[in-house]
Amino acid sequence: MKNRRFITRLLVLLSISIALGYTFYTSFANQKDIVAVGDIAPNFVLKDLEGNEIELHDLRGKGVFLNFWATVCPPCVDEMPYMENNFQKYKDQGIEIIAVNFDEQPIRIERFVDRLNLNFSIVLDPGLQVSQVYGVRELPATFLIDENGVVIERRIGALTEQMVEDYVQKILPSQ
Amino acid sequence: MANMAQLSSSLLLIAFFLYLAATIFFAVSVTGKKFKNKAGEEKNKAGSLGYISSIIALLFALGYFVTRWIVAGHAPVSNLFEYTTFLGIMMSLAFVILYPIYKANVLGLFTMPIVMLIIAYASMFPREVSPLIPALQSIWLKIHVITTALGQGILAIGFAGGLIYLLRVIDFKKSDKQVKAIEFVMYSIISIVGYILISSIFSGLNYEAQFTYIDEKGMEAEMVYHLPPVVGPNEAVLLTDERMTPFFNVHPNIKSADLNTVIWSLLTGLVLYYLIRLITRRKIGELLQPLLKGVSPQAADEISYRAIAIGFPIFTLGGLIFAMIWAQIAWTRFWAWDPKEVWALITFLFYAAYLHLRLSRGWHGEKSAWLCVIGFAIIMFNLIFVNLVIAGLHSYA
Amino acid sequence: MEKVKCECGHVNPYGTVICESCGKPFFEEEKGLLNMRYEGVARRSQTYNKTMIDKVWNFFSSVKVGIWIIVITLVASSIGTIFPQEFYIPPTANPTFFYEAEYGALGKIYYLLGFHDLYNSWWYMLLIASLGVSLIICSLDRVVPLHRALKTQKVTRHESFLKRQRVHGVSKVASFNETRNQAKNILKAKKYKLFEEDGNIVAEKGRFSRWGPYVNHIGLIIFLIGCMLRFFPGMYVDENIWVREGETVVIRGTDGEFFLRNDQFIVDFYDDADERFRDALVRAGSPIVKKYQTSATLFKRVDDGVVGRDPELVEVARHDIRVNDPFKFEGYALYQYAFKQNEISQMSFEIEESETGERFGRIDVSTYDPQTVYNLGGGYKVEIIEYFPDFYFDDRRTPASKSRIPNNPAFIFKIITPDNEEGEISFVGIQTNQDINGENTHQMRFVDIDMNHVTNLVVRKDYTLGILMVGGIVFMIGLIQGMYWTHRRVWIQKVNDELWMSAHTNKNWYGLKKDIEAVVSKTELTMPMDNVEEEEKKS
Repeated sequence: MKNRRFITRLLVLLSISIALGYTFYTSFANQKDIVAVGDIAPNFVLKDLEGNEIELHDLRGKGVFLNFWATVCPPCVDEMPYMENNFQKYKDQGIEIIAVNFDEQPIRIERFVDRLNLNFSIVLDPGLQVSQVYGVRELPATFLIDENGVVIERRIGALTEQMVEDYVQKILPSQ
Repeated sequence: MANMAQLSSSLLLIAFFLYLAATIFFAVSVTGKKFKNKAGEEKNKAGSLGYISSIIALLFALGYFVTRWIVAGHAPVSNLFEYTTFLGIMMSLAFVILYPIYKANVLGLFTMPIVMLIIAYASMFPREVSPLIPALQSIWLKIHVITTALGQGILAIGFAGGLIYLLRVIDFKKSDKQVKAIEFVMYSIISIVGYILISSIFSGLNYEAQFTYIDEKGMEAEMVYHLPPVVGPNEAVLLTDERMTPFFNVHPNIKSADLNTVIWSLLTGLVLYYLIRLITRRKIGELLQPLLKGVSPQAADEISYRAIAIGFPIFTLGGLIFAMIWAQIAWTRFWAWDPKEVWALITFLFYAAYLHLRLSRGWHGEKSAWLCVIGFAIIMFNLIFVNLVIAGLHSYA
Repeated sequence: MEKVKCECGHVNPYGTVICESCGKPFFEEEKGLLNMRYEGVARRSQTYNKTMIDKVWNFFSSVKVGIWIIVITLVASSIGTIFPQEFYIPPTANPTFFYEAEYGALGKIYYLLGFHDLYNSWWYMLLIASLGVSLIICSLDRVVPLHRALKTQKVTRHESFLKRQRVHGVSKVASFNETRNQAKNILKAKKYKLFEEDGNIVAEKGRFSRWGPYVNHIGLIIFLIGCMLRFFPGMYVDENIWVREGETVVIRGTDGEFFLRNDQFIVDFYDDADERFRDALVRAGSPIVKKYQTSATLFKRVDDGVVGRDPELVEVARHDIRVNDPFKFEGYALYQYAFKQNEISQMSFEIEESETGERFGRIDVSTYDPQTVYNLGGGYKVEIIEYFPDFYFDDRRTPASKSRIPNNPAFIFKIITPDNEEGEISFVGIQTNQDINGENTHQMRFVDIDMNHVTNLVVRKDYTLGILMVGGIVFMIGLIQGMYWTHRRVWIQKVNDELWMSAHTNKNWYGLKKDIEAVVSKTELTMPMDNVEEEEKKS
């Protein structure tokens, strides 16, 4: 009888605390990222300025440096030459850089790319569909995707040239 | 349409005087008890006349409500005048429902003046028919506001019951905390009278004092006072000639004209209060106590508790549940932590605490009566203060 | 922890104050009226207090603690209304400075104490949580023994139980049986349920109202569980989208499944000529909005294509979304929330020879997607060298764009004429038209503008609403059940040569006494005394 009482109380209190604990955890722990480290990077197809389609899935076996940017975001603009330099350095070792533009007018991107003479893939994201799938709300945002299509690093915020290089080295394919 | 609008105002005016008549009848019926020798039936007659007057008054008030509805094309509960008036009407409805159960004339003597006071207070707000902004265009406006007002009206009867109880049992020969507190309640009520009085006098005189001032955004703006400025707005410059200069100016975040009105009301209330005390040489409570000699405190306690037991579910339904349903439709979320909403929650929590204290902790009598008074103060605070001072999503009404 | 055996033979749990069966009070030395709260049952909480679990349990099972939690929550909630909460301050304001700038030192303290986001603070949530825990444990702790006591109660009651009821009276009657039968009939007519035992009667009605508090507590618990579920992933979507007129966008939060086209956006104002509202409109000083409406078409993506590829869409439904009239589909709802009027969608220019004023052809430049070159024929050509949708001068005094939204479009044009194939460069924006080199013979003359409305819709999916609704309904049922009905019992018992009548109710003694009056008026029974009123008369 006494044991039954103890167990009932224990069970009631335990279930209450588990429920509350979980609620508090989800509400105060950092918001769960939509695409988190360890996830398979969601596939997408986007067009570059010439209208060529680029599909992420086709890039399996390569390390993909996926960057979200806009011309109206100064830190994004600063990163672009670093990405270009590293692209030139590592493109033969299986590194692909994709810079997804944050739905700006194509003419702005075109002029920008010409001015900086960028050679890596710059793609348009009309309606921000891909940005949404990746949960990007602040720019710049960078996802490092390894040869198996797994996200191994996610960074929101500006990068230095050294960081870009370190990142690129992280996703160098093994062979 | 203009005729209809005129009719609507007239109906309300007639209702007001009928509430006055009811008050007088109830006063006669209560004071009549002093003459125990006279036939007992006579005083009942005054009581019934009071009740009949209150019913007719209610019908006229409802007539006002219906005609105004027709004029506006929407339920007349969408601005402060309309809502406050409706609250008064609902309080009288609650009385009309509760009176036959207890046949307590003294309840009428206390309720009717409060109803009059609320309606008179309401009429100080702009009275024109206002159009509905999109958020208010919903059937839930009617459902939510009418239910809430009815609930609050019934809770207000609880306040009247509590007040009767306190005035009946408190020993005014002492000068303890309770006496001071009840005198403060009386003073607050008198201040509302003071507000109505002073505003009516100066609006009768067409008093206006215009200022330019610097508002909270640092922009130059204009403001018109309808009472002599005791306090002025930020960096005020008086534009109207021959008006008193404010003693000081206040921070731009404070609505100085409203503060000025509050100061005037409190001062007028103070003058009235001390005038009464000076003339009668009695405390206000002491003046009222003889009226309540024949009242059983037990019965007053029961009435106030009953009113709250009936009003609480209705208030919860209207003020929280219907409110949430509407908020979900109009504001996309059922709860927005808007100050008015929070104060409805506070009202709910307060009465919930009251019920628990009463049912489980045995708080009867004095303690319970004080809680009824405080509860009503919270309702009034939500109606007046939250609307005028803390403006949120509800700032339109 | 011994059980208590009553003289009537019933075995009561430890801690019982009044015998569950016959009502004999176990503490005879206490005089005065019996405390009938919870029928004098043993609240288990107050009886065992050994382990940590018991201590926690007992803490939350106390109504006193519960009331304290209510009061603290009440006070805390009111503090949150002193200054506006963080989500009500202007979106551009930084709370770190806003409160101090607006409200001075008090504002700063308010901010530092975290009151600017009080309702989302850990401690406020903890308060609400403890309110929930208190609700659960208090109810569990009382409803079980109360149910048992009401079930085990016998008709025949102990004398001291009857004597110590608030309403109690003793009558001498000529005929016990007749009086009893008369009383029974009257009470039966008043919808009492009658139970008899050895010629003793108990008439009972409205017992179910005793469960009201527990039912409403269950409703509240369901409601709080609903609120809690909101934090679980997938239960709740809260997004918002901006859609230009004519534009089709993916609806956020639907995993790329649904798209929406804004066919038209309208804002209507109240008519100044409307005599009903004239006074109010004059007082308001500015026009009052009558209607916001987005006429929208909903599409569903039918290809199983990859994100980003041009979707294959099928129209699903159309709706005029208005405030108070959301667009509902498949668990989602779209609400009219805000709008932006008059966004520049297209600017038109003509090439003008500065000296003669002669014009050569017109170009219509979309601000959403300007072409690089506009060929006007006859050797006239306009090239857009730079486009700034939201023009401003940056720190280095060079032209730049604040955002991708065409709030303030500006262009650098190159005008190529048959006479000048090199081209002349000019900078054109709203109310500016600059000749960069100072030697231009032609300029771009602004001739026309097109505007577009942009609507802002909130996307909502909320699986908890159903649970909240159930909680609300259960709560109201419980409240009404407990508040609008009362549990009344009248005992009529033969003690020695007298007929005793006692009565109890959980509320509304007035109503109970009316029932008794009806019995008394038609029988030999005398009106019992109300011991509380007697006390009052004495004092």
